[in-house]
Amino acid sequence: MSDTQSPFFRFWREFRENKLAVLALVVVILMMALALFAPFIVPQDPYDLELLSLMDARRGPGFVGSGGYVHYLGTDPQGRDLLSAIFYGLRISIMIGLAAGCIALVLGTAVGIFAAYAGGRTETFLMRVVDLQLSFPAILLALVLVALLGQGKFQLISALVAAQYAYFARTAYGAAKGERKKDYVEAALATPLSGFQVAFRHLLPNCMPPLIVVATVQIASAISLEATLSFLGLGLPVTEPSLGMLISNGFPYMMSGRYWISVYPGVALIILIVAINIVGDQIRDQFNPRLRK
Amino acid sequence: MSKVLDVQNLQTHFHTRDGVVKAVEGVSFSLEKGEILGLVGESGSGKSVTGFSLLGLVDAPGKIVGGKILLNGEDLVGLSERKLRAKRGKDIAMIFQDPIATLNPLLTIRTQMQLALEAHARMSKKDIEARCIEVLNKVGIPDPAARLDNYPHEFSGGMRQRVAIAITLLHGPGVIVADEPTTALDVSIQAQILSEMKRLAVETGTAMIWISHDLATVSSLASRLLVMYAGRVVEEGPTAQVLRDPRHPYTQGLIDSLPAMAAPGEPLVQISGTTPSLLSLPEGCPFAPRCSHASDICNNEPPLGEASGRAWRCHHPLNLKEAV
Amino acid sequence: MLGFVIQRLLQAFVVMAAMSVIVFVGVYAIGNPVEIIIPPEATEEIRAEVIRKLGLDLPLWQQYFIFVTNLVQGDFGRSYIYNVPVLELIAGRLPATAELVLISIISATVLGVTLGVYAGYRPNSIISKAIMAISVLGFSVPSFWVGLILILTFAVNLGVLPAGGRGEVISFLGVEWSFLTIDGLSHILLPALNLAFFKLAMMIRLARAGTREIMLTDTIKFARAAGISEGRILRRHLMKLISVPIITVFGLELGSTLAFAVVTETIFSWPGIGKLIIDSITVLDRPVMVAYLILTALLFVLINLTVDLVFALIDPRIRAGAA
Repeated sequence: MSDTQSPFFRFWREFRENKLAVLALVVVILMMALALFAPFIVPQDPYDLELLSLMDARRGPGFVGSGGYVHYLGTDPQGRDLLSAIFYGLRISIMIGLAAGCIALVLGTAVGIFAAYAGGRTETFLMRVVDLQLSFPAILLALVLVALLGQGKFQLISALVAAQYAYFARTAYGAAKGERKKDYVEAALATPLSGFQVAFRHLLPNCMPPLIVVATVQIASAISLEATLSFLGLGLPVTEPSLGMLISNGFPYMMSGRYWISVYPGVALIILIVAINIVGDQIRDQFNPRLRK
Repeated sequence: MSKVLDVQNLQTHFHTRDGVVKAVEGVSFSLEKGEILGLVGESGSGKSVTGFSLLGLVDAPGKIVGGKILLNGEDLVGLSERKLRAKRGKDIAMIFQDPIATLNPLLTIRTQMQLALEAHARMSKKDIEARCIEVLNKVGIPDPAARLDNYPHEFSGGMRQRVAIAITLLHGPGVIVADEPTTALDVSIQAQILSEMKRLAVETGTAMIWISHDLATVSSLASRLLVMYAGRVVEEGPTAQVLRDPRHPYTQGLIDSLPAMAAPGEPLVQISGTTPSLLSLPEGCPFAPRCSHASDICNNEPPLGEASGRAWRCHHPLNLKEAV
Repeated sequence: MLGFVIQRLLQAFVVMAAMSVIVFVGVYAIGNPVEIIIPPEATEEIRAEVIRKLGLDLPLWQQYFIFVTNLVQGDFGRSYIYNVPVLELIAGRLPATAELVLISIISATVLGVTLGVYAGYRPNSIISKAIMAISVLGFSVPSFWVGLILILTFAVNLGVLPAGGRGEVISFLGVEWSFLTIDGLSHILLPALNLAFFKLAMMIRLARAGTREIMLTDTIKFARAAGISEGRILRRHLMKLISVPIITVFGLELGSTLAFAVVTETIFSWPGIGKLIIDSITVLDRPVMVAYLILTALLFVLINLTVDLVFALIDPRIRAGAA
């Protein structure tokens, strides 16, 4: 019976067995939905400076502000409704994480597969560079790049991509190298298909499983990295508060007991990252042939 | 003559997510001192699991669920792990297929032999070294004293397997289970190892169970053959007789498919069909779907037929002179 | 063996040379280095004067050459902001970071491997599942948040540990260390915990994965078949086999920990080089940035070299050149 089911269905069936992973997946989808629809569901637009009043600043959860609505999670030092800010913050975090992750995926995979296919000096050179970069911590690289390129979404994403493409490159390279030796590749190369087409249509699909695993980890990592950079004041500009920035804004107030300004955005961030990692873990376990007994 | 090993109706089942796999279902045989028994079958026949069961090393979710394994009269089934461990390596030992995998690449031969020795005995460093050199000599490793401090990768394939065999000989066990020990080696080395093992069995009086899928290798070594299919023993008897005059159609099929038996220029003979999945075995004789002699009666469990030191499980045994 | 060492040393040298070029170009060639030193209302003359004094009017390759010559003599220039030799600046803050990083990573490895091996050996026990749950947390949660929570719990709510700063120091071997005093220990506990959390999670996962895989191999089966006790198998076979991936990660993570110290030092106001670099980046104090990057690169190269050498010691196949 199981032979007639598609690989996706079988994958999903096994995935379903881990209740925790399913829960995590639901959480991720939910958060993405929140982020996507944020502009429509938040009580207050945190970017609109007109709506902010310092009278509302640093109030606790449940406070009814000058706008006439309840601030369920309190307000931040600028008077922003924390709930709205968190939703928008999620939006930015997810957007940047996805963008950086996907671009790094494409770039890294291209480099990795190209290196595996090209062989010879090109291959050694490329992979040396990749290895060097891998041993250099992403955060340092991102820090320096952001410092040099300045602040802004584009610069931030570029820095993240530069810091992360190496993981994809190494994974794609390893997978492609393994596949390259297999007979079906030799067979495909003997046909009139160009090398590029062979790489694209044959090597690529077989490299996908490990790349998917790396992608989930890297997206979570990008989100975490962005938050850290913002926390340090080197991420996005103050006008577009990401979760990291919200947390850093609230840091000075923690000592005086106004914990909510930092904690709630932090909780949202943690839930997002942990959920993505749990899903990624499950995917990785399912793709690992050596644990399948 | 003493029975060193007496296996009665051994059953080892695996409770997997997809169902119960009856890997070993009712296997019985016995082993005399110094005897070499060949256990033959395709992959999935249960021969390796039988070997592991004897040592109590079946991986989860597998378990011995029935039968007896009498080693020198004592039943190993149901014995505590501690007591089993005391016997492993000392009274019964096992050799695996690929010495590259069984020997730890990061430890010297000396260390690995020492660990095996100290598992059952307290010995001084000098005594350990002496014993190691003694067994290495026995298996034909030249200049053993110098090679003790070598690492596994510094030996050739055949030598590595000899080292592994040496480790099993350290405590002079009464039974050695060898699971495809020559399959990973070059053909020329295979022959060497085979003759070495035969010599060892004779010299030390160690009984051996030689597990293999290769009928040709086993037949040159074993005095008795046990043919397994789908977890059951389908034929048993002295090697020469079984090969010359098989009772079970599967055995005949195995013999016919040997490349040596093929006429030059003729296609190799194959047994039609494939080994059944142990999750969905047919009722009655498991070989029936592939058997050219099968009939309706084969839907019932075949009876055990015995005569003059031979046994078979078949409704239509071959070459039987007396009417059944 | 000697050939191996020489080969690695040469590689290290090449890498350092390449890094020096990259760092130099990256830091000095992008943007205008002098902007921060010169007040906006300065005249053209003053501007030109400063540029000339700092040698920034020379062609790039010449600047690089001067840069390298100075570097080799240990002269990293002067900080634009503090106006002291950079090396002095860094050397003064180094012990603080060093003790933080070392304590973190050693405890993370020892604890992590122990817990991870247990989780891998008995994967279905409740303790193992709890260990894995914690490791997912440690792996995912950004370290700055762990720091925040630590401060919130221990410093603000429970009030048992200080929220920042370094404790009393004792001079040892000419350097001042704080972990030798009780006060120092109380100050270093939270930041070290913060820094170690991520590494701990990583070590646990690594040790667990490695243990699970290794316990299924024929090596272990053969050892069991020889009657060797489980304890011995774990200690003599597993530990040896698992040391290879653990050491790789240890080496990699040593550098990464140094990088993450940046965040921890910021949160806990720990006076180390991490905080220094953040401040330097924010104000674009380029000599300090350059020095930090070069030194970090040097450290990385040294760490990689050491790891390679340790490998050669553990795995005899590498020594023989076979692997």
